Amino acid sequence: MTVVHYLNQFFAGLGGEEAADHETVRFDGPHGPGKALTAAGLPIDVTVACGDDRFALHEADCLVTLLAWIEEAGADVVVCGPSFGSGRYGYACGVLARELGRRGTPVVAAMTPDSPGVLASEGAAYIVPTTGNVAGMRDAVPVVASLASRLASGAVVGSPDEEGYLPRGLRANVRSEQLGAERALDLLLAKLNGELRTEIAPPTDRVAPPDPLGDPAAARVALVTEAGCVPQGNPDRLPTRHTNIWLRYPIGDRAELGPEDYLSVHAGFDTTEANRDPDRLVPLDAARALAEAGRIGRVHDEFFTTTGVDTPVAVSTRMGQEIGAELRNAGVDAVILTGT
Amino acid sequence: MGIPTVFITALPTIAQMVGANRIVRGVAITHPTGDPSLAAGDELALRVRILDRAVEMLAADVAPRTVWEIDA
Repeated sequence: MTVVHYLNQFFAGLGGEEAADHETVRFDGPHGPGKALTAAGLPIDVTVACGDDRFALHEADCLVTLLAWIEEAGADVVVCGPSFGSGRYGYACGVLARELGRRGTPVVAAMTPDSPGVLASEGAAYIVPTTGNVAGMRDAVPVVASLASRLASGAVVGSPDEEGYLPRGLRANVRSEQLGAERALDLLLAKLNGELRTEIAPPTDRVAPPDPLGDPAAARVALVTEAGCVPQGNPDRLPTRHTNIWLRYPIGDRAELGPEDYLSVHAGFDTTEANRDPDRLVPLDAARALAEAGRIGRVHDEFFTTTGVDTPVAVSTRMGQEIGAELRNAGVDAVILTGT
Repeated sequence: MGIPTVFITALPTIAQMVGANRIVRGVAITHPTGDPSLAAGDELALRVRILDRAVEMLAADVAPRTVWEIDA
């Protein structure tokens, strides 16, 4: 079993902030926290390290060197950290883990759950959650050592719940002694008791809020909807449910979306009231009023539509990215999205 | 990066769950930007108020997954 350990300049004993530009280095045997891992039953064969700023500023070059050394060592598992609450070191651990994951090398890391390294790792690493500072070393080391030893030997590792690492965004098929109905009832009863549990956690894809509009009065604002609003007759045959397409329609100088010209073909709600006035779904008349009042610059001259019924999140994500690219190319500054 | 987007929906908890950041609570699932129980003029006034609130949110710094009511 060959174990490689990744450290930053501080934990490798190369110096503090003044050594943050330290180039990538390689040592035989354990350094710093690697000694504690070795004592906990995970003998470190090779230690590689890099300064925090060096990695942040020269990521691609540092990765080439580190990955080459790790491959040369023939690592069965790589341990990154613990990086605790360190942003730069945590990020470097996450990026290295992601790249190793793509190459099929198991990685165990340890950091705070809100470290940028968690997202950067893209689920490639088994990340043991830690406290924000090195006071958590004593708790983290045995968990990291145990996970890493088993991964190196190809043993099966349990679920995040069983093992204590952060969910990696994967789903595993398991056999259950209980029927789905029984399990659902257990979860419902637990929920009624104030305990929220789930067998399938919702996706954790998180996008930071884009910067706010500086000057709404100068903004081009687009209307987008998942309410299935289309021209009468649904000329492009937007599916009423389970769609994987979106459509765009010009609104030119229309003052509103009148019921004689538009309707909703959405199969997920009662469209009776909306079809008496489609502005109840795509608020063009009100958007025109705001433009006339100078509250916004102008309404973008087409609206985008799809039906959000039985649509997998992955399909929605793709459609959102496609519509977003169109809006960006068209110089749209902001979006008003309506959902039913 | 990104185009600021405000999501008007009567189901803000679902919007939060999937990661929407600027959310204004709409009137109802079947008519997020309308209210058939109002007279036409009043309904348009309500719709303008909803959109005005939405524009206000587009121009605001918000924490991730923030929900605003129509009336502050």
